[in-house]
Amino acid sequence: MYRYDDFDRQLVHERTEQFREQVKRRLAGDITEEQFRPLRLMNGVYLQLHAYMLRVAVPYGTLRADQLRQLGMIARVYDKGYGHFTTRQNIQYNWPKLDEIPDALLDLAKVEMHAIQTSGNCIRNTTTDQYAGAAADEIEDPRPYCELIRQWSTFHPEFTYLPRKFKIAVTGSPNDRAAVKVHDIGLRMHQNDAGETGFEVMVGGGLGRTPFVGKTIREFIGKNDLFSYLEAILRVYNRFGRRDNKYKARIKILVHEEGIDKIRELVEEEWAQIKDGSLRVDDAEIAHYIEQFAPPAFETLSDDDADFERHKSENRRFANWVRSNVIEHKQPGYAIANVSLKPIGGIPGDATDTQMELVADLSEKYSFGDVRVTHEQNLVLPHVKKADLFAVWSELDKADLGTANLGYVTDIISCPGLDYCALATARSIPLSQRISERFGDLDRQHDIGELKIKISGCINACGHHHVGHIGILGLDKRGKEFYQITLGGDASQDASIGKIAGAGFSEAEVVDAIESLVTKYIDIRESGERFIDTYRRVGMDPFKEVLYGDR
Amino acid sequence: MSLQVVTANRLEDGLVVFLTSDGNWSENINDARIADGKEAADALLAEASAPELDIVIVGPYLIDVEQQGADIVPTKYREVLRTKGPSVREDLGYQAV
Amino acid sequence: MAIVKNDSVIEQEWITVDAEGDLPASDENLIVPLARFKEERDSLLGRNGGLGVQLNPGDAPEDLADDLDRLSIITVNFPAYTDGRGYSYGRVLRERMGFTGELRAVGDVLRDQILYMHRCGFDAYDLKVEGEVALNKVRAALKEMSVYYQPTGDGRVTAQSLRERRRAALQ
Ligand code: SF4
Repeated sequence: MYRYDDFDRQLVHERTEQFREQVKRRLAGDITEEQFRPLRLMNGVYLQLHAYMLRVAVPYGTLRADQLRQLGMIARVYDKGYGHFTTRQNIQYNWPKLDEIPDALLDLAKVEMHAIQTSGNCIRNTTTDQYAGAAADEIEDPRPYCELIRQWSTFHPEFTYLPRKFKIAVTGSPNDRAAVKVHDIGLRMHQNDAGETGFEVMVGGGLGRTPFVGKTIREFIGKNDLFSYLEAILRVYNRFGRRDNKYKARIKILVHEEGIDKIRELVEEEWAQIKDGSLRVDDAEIAHYIEQFAPPAFETLSDDDADFERHKSENRRFANWVRSNVIEHKQPGYAIANVSLKPIGGIPGDATDTQMELVADLSEKYSFGDVRVTHEQNLVLPHVKKADLFAVWSELDKADLGTANLGYVTDIISCPGLDYCALATARSIPLSQRISERFGDLDRQHDIGELKIKISGCINACGHHHVGHIGILGLDKRGKEFYQITLGGDASQDASIGKIAGAGFSEAEVVDAIESLVTKYIDIRESGERFIDTYRRVGMDPFKEVLYGDR
Repeated sequence: MSLQVVTANRLEDGLVVFLTSDGNWSENINDARIADGKEAADALLAEASAPELDIVIVGPYLIDVEQQGADIVPTKYREVLRTKGPSVREDLGYQAV
Repeated sequence: MAIVKNDSVIEQEWITVDAEGDLPASDENLIVPLARFKEERDSLLGRNGGLGVQLNPGDAPEDLADDLDRLSIITVNFPAYTDGRGYSYGRVLRERMGFTGELRAVGDVLRDQILYMHRCGFDAYDLKVEGEVALNKVRAALKEMSVYYQPTGDGRVTAQSLRERRRAALQ
């Protein structure tokens, strides 16, 4: 894993001191809220419904054990004993006090963490595949490139006041787990005809008010040229992106209005002028970063472990957990263990201080001190020996972290919604809890199979509802919460934006509505079909009918 | 007849507060000064927006309320949540006593 | 209202004119908006006083390609600090077009943006505060950070090149 060197540390340290001064100036009345607001936002400090919120960056979703342990400590000391992992692979604290935030940031800086790039109209924290460096299907570990993007984009002098925020996601695997097609820039690693590894570059994806799947602007960009190419895209966006209307300011609107061909032309023209400049990264430097993310010291093991098999046959709950939460590793004898933050009826993505500390301990003991945060709001122990899985699960299970539901109908993405968020139009967490309880039975969940439900508490779509197989958007109708259902969304390599099924449902009706959709799917599915496959085969009508009848 | 009170977040800790009769800020909405009608509401908001309060509170605004017995209750659910805390964590916020 | 350049407060020696209207006497130093410069280029270049151009958001610095050596100053207007187009104009003018005259940021120029402006090629800042205060703000802003990741035309050494040097020294 990448370790900060003294330059990185110095930068975070200076930033922390700078913010401490700014808070001091604010509390002393030397600057007004109007002047302070953009400064606090650039340090991840929002004012939410009940209190301030601090959003801490987890660059490309990778954490070391000591960092996760520190996040737990921060939850206990500066907050109310918990934190919320978000769809941006970040963590949010809901109750910090303004005058204590500089100290919290200092404690974060001690473990090389910060709140940079978590807010504002800058290039935000880069996200990637949570299984990077472990997945059996990956071409190459994307994290060295993510780290280079992190450095290039941190306090970029030209791109800190963009028309709007800007999100980049990277996948090193053909099976996209990072939703790269719904980001401002999506990078998909692949090989060209000459056998070189590089990236397909997609632009203009995004959710929110006007969702779009990104369009390919370049089939292939070599690794050495990636950064100058990104700079070219950003410069075109900074110069030509709309600034007259905040809802039309994302690059997706520019791509939509001008057309991808026009944007490609502008970007290529810009790139031609800078590609041989100082942003060209040579092979030696790339190799240096690849080395930083070198695989840990795996033991040479047989892929089969007798104890593991025995535990599976003896303990049904463990076997269930393995079935849903454990994923194939590229190293024989190892596995990827997903830690569900979706206990039945719980709050999606929330983890307590002690849960964070436990996962930190387990990662130290069993996973080379490596932990990942997923955009689906779970945690991952990426490198666990199969022989250790039972011990890991037993510990997780005791701490209510052993729920066997990865990818199932109860593994729901939910934004904080009106329970916390100042922008919300409806609550989203209680709905996810009711749905989770309704489908709590594990056999039933397993029978239903992969079904991604995603819930947002307003049109900003932090809960990714547009790309849920079933998406739910909370709205406000004359003072009452009501929920709009979309079907057929998908965040994977086959990305698609869901379609609105029809009129919305009241809070009381919506869980039944979801259940009737699931029942319909079970009735009409063909063997091996997931919900999304069935939907794609039969279309909206059969589902619409169960929701609305002749209505 | 429309009743309104002024709410804001306290600068130092961000917690929800309400403008009281004596010009202070209280965590309890029942301490809030009620404005009856538009004129009184405008005056209340003007008082809350005084520049010198920028060092005490952030973002004052008016909310609609009803008098229910001894209690002042916001009419919008969003504001009800602000007087209580997250509905999914009844152990947190003002509702947790 | 003070202009800070090269670690000192400088005099305002330029008159900025609008898109339309009469021009001052021929020997005054003038800054004209790009649109007007394009329309009245020949007569403007024929005047005796110094000439500069102001870029507003949406303008193309490339339009000045043939005339850069005739301009002693270019001002870039930031009508609101949130409008960051001017940062790109600065880099294009300096790094691509090779402009060497004064590049002045005007408009909503605040302390917390000055370092970024400097990194994008600006060397003068028109602040809405008085002399000493303006100078102190610029000084503080320019030394707030000491680590830079991005190579720009400002000559600051990036973290990457320092790392390379260190690695070379260790070999
Ligand atoms: S989707 Fe809306 S309610 Fe949910 S977190 Fe985002 S802004 Fe808040």
